[in-house]
Amino acid sequence: MTTIARPRGRPRGPWSRLPKQLRTDVVGYLFLLPWILSILIFTLYPTLASFYFSLTKYNVIQPPRFIGFTNYVTMFTRDPRLLTSVYNSLYYTVLSVPLGMLSSLALAVLLNAQVRGIGIFRTIYYLPSLVPPVAGTLLWMLIMDPRQGLLNTVLRFLGLPAPGWFADANWSKPALLIMSMWGIGSATLIFLASLKEVPHELIEASLIDGASAWRRFWRITMPMISPVVLFNLVMSFLGSFQVFTAAFVAGSGGSDLSGGASGTAGGPLQSMLMYMVYLYAQAFRYFQMGYASAMAVVLFIVIMLLTLAIFRSSGRWVYYEGGMR
Amino acid sequence: MSAQSATVKPAARSLHWRRFVRRTLPGAISYTLLTLVGIAFFVPFLWLVITSLKPMSQVFTYPLTWVPHPIMWSNYPDALTHPGFPFLRLLGNSLQYSVLSTIGVTVASAMAAYAFARIPFRGRSILFAATLATMMIPGVVTMVPTYLIFKWLGWIGSYKPLIIPSFGGGAFYIFMLRQFMMTLPWDLSDAARVDGASEAHILLRIMLPLMKPALLVVVLFNFMGCWNDFMGPVIYLNNTDLFPLSLGLFAFLGRSERKWNLLMAAAMVITVPMVTIFFLAQRQFIEGITMTGLKG
Repeated sequence: MTTIARPRGRPRGPWSRLPKQLRTDVVGYLFLLPWILSILIFTLYPTLASFYFSLTKYNVIQPPRFIGFTNYVTMFTRDPRLLTSVYNSLYYTVLSVPLGMLSSLALAVLLNAQVRGIGIFRTIYYLPSLVPPVAGTLLWMLIMDPRQGLLNTVLRFLGLPAPGWFADANWSKPALLIMSMWGIGSATLIFLASLKEVPHELIEASLIDGASAWRRFWRITMPMISPVVLFNLVMSFLGSFQVFTAAFVAGSGGSDLSGGASGTAGGPLQSMLMYMVYLYAQAFRYFQMGYASAMAVVLFIVIMLLTLAIFRSSGRWVYYEGGMR
Repeated sequence: MSAQSATVKPAARSLHWRRFVRRTLPGAISYTLLTLVGIAFFVPFLWLVITSLKPMSQVFTYPLTWVPHPIMWSNYPDALTHPGFPFLRLLGNSLQYSVLSTIGVTVASAMAAYAFARIPFRGRSILFAATLATMMIPGVVTMVPTYLIFKWLGWIGSYKPLIIPSFGGGAFYIFMLRQFMMTLPWDLSDAARVDGASEAHILLRIMLPLMKPALLVVVLFNFMGCWNDFMGPVIYLNNTDLFPLSLGLFAFLGRSERKWNLLMAAAMVITVPMVTIFFLAQRQFIEGITMTGLKG
């Protein structure tokens, strides 16, 4: 062994005299240098700094001035627009998460049962997820044109009411919801892949035992795919809370970017002023960096608590094959 | 058998009926549902294509116009030469952003993933745990201080804030590549190590060729992510000369005098590359999407 391990034709300099573990360490950290720098500069420092800035008044021009919890107090007592944005984001999240989860799971179950032509259906369901968000939003603004759009023309033809969608404060959030439903293709593909992983022996055993399809789904399929349900649930929560592009573009009503506050106007009666859009406006339109940081910290804490709650509860409904990982 | 022959007919009928209920009916119902939902998903996409080929007078009509007459192919050159949509400049900016960021993120992520998968340095498990932890931190909480770093560096109004961070790698890509490397055989790299090959040599000459499918997923995802990115450019780019296609299309909405046929033609132009990439690399692409869920 010892004779083979000697490097061929390489001079034995000071480097090779170092202990082997030390050399391994140096090489390992050299490979990781860019990533470690990235964690420090673009994750660790900004996360900590957000907490600090949230306790200051900081307009970028003057240095940050410490003001304690004033930003947080202002948020919940003196800023009606903030409360509007919280309401809008909650409304959107509470509806889009369960709707998206149920529909993508149902679609995946259907796709899994039906073998012939699965490729075509899979492509059709995924196609909308490939449309760039700005292009997709413009398309839906056209389709949901209140007077002569495709959707309202069809609704009127069917004798149904034709709402104003993005032009109507009561219908702009449902319009965003419909748009988000158009993009459930990738969640569907993830569910479909997990359904394909459910072992055949379990399904066959239950068929022999004469279990109904309904019972089979809840007793075998659901436990087997529950880790993926957990994953999709967390991702969908994160996505909904942080929805930006669609609300920004549709909420701008098409005013020019050079118009200053365009996009952050939030549509009719600020009905599409989502939390992220308002945060963006505070930070990058009004340059209230302290206030924006306080908003970011609140959202961060809410997201963390929710994720934690989902994970804590997952012990009861998520099944990991071969015990907890 | 003969004793049962009298009841054979109704039994057979009920057998047919049962087979219909158990096999054919669910199939038919699920096909119908799949088709109806499929239509609902496909018609908006079709409307994008159709509208991009209509004369403006046929965009809003009653009854609906499904086949434009004449088919206005000229909408495409009209949209791409419209002063409100400076296509070549937008395309150049988008390509610069997507290509440079993708090169950076792929190289850095592959290096980090290799270290996590194959180099037994001390502190490896802690750093890997930290890598996973960064995935849990939502982008919103780092947004403001990151902007202030770039403001301090004087990089606002350039692509540097969008591209440079990619050269550190991406947590999710590192995780994915590392999981992939763990499935690769050790024999080849062990043999090379015994022969005195350096770690860099092993990564470049032995691991990279084996990792092509996983690297392709990283390249595709990151390229598409940059191409579609809206929030990053809207935060960091204030000069319209620097806009990428996504922001250019949004600006076009305000400058097109609501010419929806030209807007949809422009939307098609930025959509088609994404759809093309998907069809060219469909297998890797779907594997990548499903990998995100299954291994996560």
